[in-house]
Amino acid sequence: MSAGIDLENVCCDFGSFRAVDNANVSIKPGEFFSFLGPSGCGKTTILRMVSGFIEPTEGAIKIGGKDMRGTRPNQRPTALIFQNLALFPLMPIWENISFGLEVRGVDKATRRKKAEELLKLVDLPGAADKMVSQLSGGQKQRVAIARALAVEPQVMLLDEPLSALDLKLRQHMRAELRAIQKRTGVTFIYITHDQGEALAMSDRVGVMSQGRIQQIAAPRDIYDNPVNGFVASFVGENNIFEGDVGTVSDGMAALTGPHGTFRARVLPDAQGKALKLYVRPEHTVLSRTKAAENSVEMEVTEVAFEGAFISVHGHASAGKRIQVEVKNDGVTQVPSVGEKVFASFDAARALLLPDANVRG
Amino acid sequence: MQDLLRRYGTGLTATFCLLVAFWILVLVILPNFAMFEQSFRPYLPVVDIGGPKDFYSLGNYSKILDNPFDTAIFGIPVTMPIHIKMFLDTVFYAALVTFFCLVMAYPLAYYLAKIADPKSIPTLLLLLFVPMWVSEALRAFAWYIILTFNGPLNMLLQGLGFIDQGIRWQQGGIFTAYDAIVIVLTYCYVLFMLFPIYTAITSLDSNQIEAAEDLGSPWWRTHWRVVIPHSKPGIASGCVMVFMLSAGSLLVPTVVGSTRANWFPQTIYNFFNDALDWNTGAAYSMIFLLVCIFFVILMMRLFKVKLSDIAK
Ligand SMILES: Nc1ncnc2c1ncn2[C@@H]1O[C@H](COP(=O)(O)OP(=O)(O)OP(=O)(O)O)[C@@H](O)[C@H]1O
Ligand SMILES: [Mg+2]
Repeated sequence: MSAGIDLENVCCDFGSFRAVDNANVSIKPGEFFSFLGPSGCGKTTILRMVSGFIEPTEGAIKIGGKDMRGTRPNQRPTALIFQNLALFPLMPIWENISFGLEVRGVDKATRRKKAEELLKLVDLPGAADKMVSQLSGGQKQRVAIARALAVEPQVMLLDEPLSALDLKLRQHMRAELRAIQKRTGVTFIYITHDQGEALAMSDRVGVMSQGRIQQIAAPRDIYDNPVNGFVASFVGENNIFEGDVGTVSDGMAALTGPHGTFRARVLPDAQGKALKLYVRPEHTVLSRTKAAENSVEMEVTEVAFEGAFISVHGHASAGKRIQVEVKNDGVTQVPSVGEKVFASFDAARALLLPDANVRG
Repeated sequence: MQDLLRRYGTGLTATFCLLVAFWILVLVILPNFAMFEQSFRPYLPVVDIGGPKDFYSLGNYSKILDNPFDTAIFGIPVTMPIHIKMFLDTVFYAALVTFFCLVMAYPLAYYLAKIADPKSIPTLLLLLFVPMWVSEALRAFAWYIILTFNGPLNMLLQGLGFIDQGIRWQQGGIFTAYDAIVIVLTYCYVLFMLFPIYTAITSLDSNQIEAAEDLGSPWWRTHWRVVIPHSKPGIASGCVMVFMLSAGSLLVPTVVGSTRANWFPQTIYNFFNDALDWNTGAAYSMIFLLVCIFFVILMMRLFKVKLSDIAK
């Protein structure tokens, strides 16, 4: 069983500080939804409101269509996995996992059996009688997941559960989490400040900044069609050009600035706002001759080999930094440091975006 | 040791070690040993000390078995030596004091550690501490006044209509002759229970409490399974302290106790001070010390607390 979650105009104030401002999301049953945002943007606060530890100052939170106001955390069909896991160090693993069942009055033999089943599910058989301190970080992680799954929640809430793990384990656990989510069909709300994690795992991502949800979309859309400069810069790298924007026609507009005139796409609702041009390094190409449009001359200052691609950094006039990713396919030519080359991009790949959606 | 040397140099380190050695040897071991030695020798006029009558025996210890009298324990009539009865009463009521302190201190400690606004903690702790600035003797006399027959407590209770007649708290009270002693000892030592528990609960990660609640646990189970196991060392050291302090208290029973309530340290005091029989006093002290330690160890066994937990 899984339930959908609706946040309707949810605000949360701490004193005079507004930590979450007018959040509206509708998360579908069985969806893997991520909140992505920098530290302090209010992600944990949202999760704590859903699990019931904080009541929203304004707005409503509905789980499975039911308004949750006034329902204590121990009455909500959610299970929260804490940023620091919060396993019970004085109980053996199996008691940790079956604590939720103990609360529900399940007898000991059944609890033990259930705990062992769950340990198998999270690929940790034989750990039932160990203590928490005897497990590695990744194993603790899995125990925390098993403990949350034991109560058969309709919604799993995960607060940066992988942040304490090393890179290898993190990647492994990503796949594992995703698999567990598919297997159980439970709605997952996942919090992270790691864009790679959010993009790789989620069905949809909500990008947050300073308490506001900036954009909610599928990972691809977030990356390819960010709605504003914050989303574009937080998710992936960009070359940014400033200037005056001309009139819009056919969803395209020209931007004239100190580095020349560029053409790029404009979103319909972006008109009338101050816009900047954003283009991804991997959508920028290098050539020895000036391209027909959207081309800027730069001097190469650094060539960094990254394996699958080569990252070329350079300065255009007035110290403007430009970054280009060149595919390491053995065909594309890579310039050397000090060379003067032209960086150009396709108008369809560049976006004119407003700044982040922040308070007045 | 190496660390100490490196940090403070030879001179200071030597001073530290000497001071600690002085404290342990001269101020702790020597007096206790003297008492221990005295306790095996008979009480003699000065001229006989060192004479033929001065030999080691267990005579002082066996005195506790003298003077059997008829009494009752929990309503069951028994005949037992008067000092043994007094002794059992003392241990029992000291354990009761410990229990009351625990029941009062635990919720307060939890409130201070996890619920109270951190900004108000210093003020609250200060308020708790203020009474401790007054000497124990003064506090005992203050309670003497509070508990007297025409005192404020009876007046308050009568004024509120809880009782018609004043209660003679110090002379039998409502339950036993020890009411007043138990009340005042609880008051005097409750902070010794509060602080170890407070410290222990403070060190508990609040997320664990929330995790338990999130898994559906009602508040009492969260305490039973998460908070109490975590704070057990604090609870244990608080209990040991309160038990030892109240069982060994002389002042409070002397000030507020009734003629029918005899606290064991008073008996010991009488041997030392009134009878000038230091030898028997020493023997009783030894018995009292050993049995109290035994009792504490027994309780620790019962509640599965290790000595190293308490030292923390
Ligand atoms: N109990 C609180 N009292 C006052 N302010 C708070 C409280 N909890 C959070 N805040 C503030 O609310 C804002 C959002 O906090 P939150 O914990 O939701 O951030 P986050 O997005 O989870 O960050 P991180 O990625 O660092 O965990 C922060 O600026 C924080 O200072
Ligand atoms: Mg957080």
